[in-house]
Amino acid sequence: MFGYIVRRSVMTIPVMGVVALIVFALLHFAPGDPAAIMAGDSASPAQLAEIRARLGLDQPLHIQFFYWLGQLGQGHFGTSLHSHKPVAEMISSRIGPTLSLAVTTMTFSLLVAIPMGVYAAWARGRLSDRLVMMMAVLGFSTPVFVTGYALIYLFSLNAGWFPVQGFTPLATDPVRFLQTATLPTLTLSAVYVALIARITRSSVLEILGEDFIRTARAKGVPEARVVLRHALRNAAVPIVTVAGSGAAFLISGVVVTESVFNIPGLGRLMVESVLARDYPLIQSLMLLLSLIYILINLGIDVLYMVFDPRIRA
Amino acid sequence: MTEINANADVLRIEGLTVALKQSGTPVIDDISFGVRAGETLCLVGESGSGKSVTSLAVMGLLDPAALEVAGGRITVDGADVLSAGAEELRRMRASRMSMVFQEPMTALNPVEKVGAQVEEVLRVHGEGNAASRRRRVLEMFEAVRLPNPERIHASYPHELSGGQRQRIVISMALIMNPKLLIADEPTTALDVTTQRQILLLISELQQRFGTAVLFITHDFGVVSEIADRIVVMNRGRTVEIGSRTDVLSNPQADYTRMLASAVPSLVPPQRPASTDPEVLSVSNLAMSYKVGDLFSPRPPVHALKATDMSLRRGEILGIVGESGSGKTTLARCITRLIRPSDGSIVLDGVDISRLGETALRPHRRRLQVVFQDPFRSLNARKRVRDIVVEGMLNFGTPKSEAYERAAVLLERVGLSRDMLMRFPHQFSGGQRQRICIARALALDPDVLVADESVSALDVSVQKQVLELLRGICDERGVGILFITHDLRVAAQICDRIAVMRDGQVVEAGTAHAVLATPEHSYTRELIAAAPGRDWDFANFRPYGQPA
Repeated sequence: MFGYIVRRSVMTIPVMGVVALIVFALLHFAPGDPAAIMAGDSASPAQLAEIRARLGLDQPLHIQFFYWLGQLGQGHFGTSLHSHKPVAEMISSRIGPTLSLAVTTMTFSLLVAIPMGVYAAWARGRLSDRLVMMMAVLGFSTPVFVTGYALIYLFSLNAGWFPVQGFTPLATDPVRFLQTATLPTLTLSAVYVALIARITRSSVLEILGEDFIRTARAKGVPEARVVLRHALRNAAVPIVTVAGSGAAFLISGVVVTESVFNIPGLGRLMVESVLARDYPLIQSLMLLLSLIYILINLGIDVLYMVFDPRIRA
Repeated sequence: MTEINANADVLRIEGLTVALKQSGTPVIDDISFGVRAGETLCLVGESGSGKSVTSLAVMGLLDPAALEVAGGRITVDGADVLSAGAEELRRMRASRMSMVFQEPMTALNPVEKVGAQVEEVLRVHGEGNAASRRRRVLEMFEAVRLPNPERIHASYPHELSGGQRQRIVISMALIMNPKLLIADEPTTALDVTTQRQILLLISELQQRFGTAVLFITHDFGVVSEIADRIVVMNRGRTVEIGSRTDVLSNPQADYTRMLASAVPSLVPPQRPASTDPEVLSVSNLAMSYKVGDLFSPRPPVHALKATDMSLRRGEILGIVGESGSGKTTLARCITRLIRPSDGSIVLDGVDISRLGETALRPHRRRLQVVFQDPFRSLNARKRVRDIVVEGMLNFGTPKSEAYERAAVLLERVGLSRDMLMRFPHQFSGGQRQRICIARALALDPDVLVADESVSALDVSVQKQVLELLRGICDERGVGILFITHDLRVAAQICDRIAVMRDGQVVEAGTAHAVLATPEHSYTRELIAAAPGRDWDFANFRPYGQPA
């Protein structure tokens, strides 16, 4: 198993290389001239040429690419064209809120959705099952900003339990962190709770029809243990798949939530960088997100092996 | 004294009726019988007879959403099963009554070690502590003759063979020494040699623990070997109950007579050898698979080693062997569903072993296949007519002609032409296999490959399908390659038989020579393992006894 993890990790290196190439190519073939944006409307052609030379944009593409790779290798992620701050610094100041939101959201979603799904599977066809599934449909179909503003209206403006907006890092003040993170977490969780509850229900249901469940019952295993120990673990692989891809999408999907709750996270940084055509920043963000995706996928594969011994062989 | 006799039944079923919850239609109708301690009672019947429902009712495991008990009484060791509450019932399972299922491949939890799964029985019944439970499991593994119990204890189900898994399931069922063991077709999914070992094991453990065994099976061969008494079921009713000798040698009910006489005999009928020209000739055919990958290369697996065989027109050649013997690989190579790694396949003078997809296409129609599982080998969303004509349309037959031919074929295989517009789910297993045969015949093939084509069918239906295949072979002169694990079936239908083991043909000859005077030790082993080989079912007497 350890050997497999090492092998799988080594295989991510060429993947990252291809990602880097695509990221580079995508931006350089996209319309729009970063030099023109930097220089502003009133710049003369000579000024533009000067800016291009300074950024290396006058060099052949492959030279630009390898120069960029070399810089990345040395940990130089470049300087923002817009704010003139180092990209690494900009990202690291914004990554905290996004990651902590992602972690709280996934934790909350899993803790709520898996019991819901298991219960619905066990009570299939009954009223409680239908209620759970109705809630899931609601979670799916309500847009994130509607959930967000509804929660703010109910719990911040009316009840006054939580701040309307803003974000306090965990390290600064844990209590304040929880207060600021609760509503964004709930908002983001709605769709993931729905998604994971549904997949949990259907995979547990499928496993409950298997022969070995009948064997477990025939040997006198109590029903709760049949469902939790025999069915749920066998249902884990599809649940891990969905939760894992959910986590990956989550990182890039927090834009709206961050906007609604005015949280200075990666999502908003990304939108800002794209609007400003801030090449070095966009490239680094895309690389970072790809790396996170790849790591999450690696994690999913490792979890498969943990849950299913047949995959270890 | 009478008191003791009345209580001697470990299991008593009285007037049991189980009905479909939705419609109230009974699936078991007023059945009554008992099983005594140390006795093996065989419950025999074809699919849909209600034998499995009976066993599940005894275990209290009927699906509450679909079935309900409409009347009657079931007692196990004096305790009433039907009136027991859920918790009481749970405690009775494994301790008073336990069950072994048909499919050892799926009866175990795939993600848990088998030792833990057997231990769980003791655990959920609150027996002993971790150390004593482990000790008991290891002792049980030894009792069911599992090699190296310590290693098996730490294995996952997928690391064990079918026979080993069934031994695990048996340990699970017997570890609490229940009074009643229900075995629901426990050897049907196993190879004959393994089946023999498992049957011996069950009877050995039964004698040791004095267990009452309710043995459910469709196989009269098995019945003739292990039964003390026999209950024959048909459509939810018991049609006959009696001792083994009475039921087998002097059956009272017509249904029992029909069922027993449908069991194919191990003695092949005398047939003149075919003198027709050869249609298929295979030489040095071999198939090996690469396993492992770039990082961990392993030696290739030789699924089929250099094999020679030939088939004449109008001849049925049986390929007999246990699982993993390479018989299906051989069939897939010959039909070019896979490309063999070596050797030649000469079909009517043309070597098709190396042909590419385009060059192969005109030859495809000459080689048709009938697969094992009639429930999965028909497209559920197509009508029978479209299933049968698909091949003909692919090869350019005009639609109207193809439709007419489909109707004729359907009549030839014993169905009627007004069934053309139905869907596969509207047919029984035997009818579906007839549809599969009609589909294969539609292209007027020279060679028909039947891969375990009757294995999923009840004996009475099996008999009809075998007769159909024989008839088609004789009237059309098609050569049939008949792959089976069942020696009885092979004896009945095949002109010649090739016995395969580990990817090789170990013995080949006329059916009569191979079965009556086997030369290879493996062939003899297979024949010896065939259950009920001493009983002449068609004539209701043991072999060698005058009528």
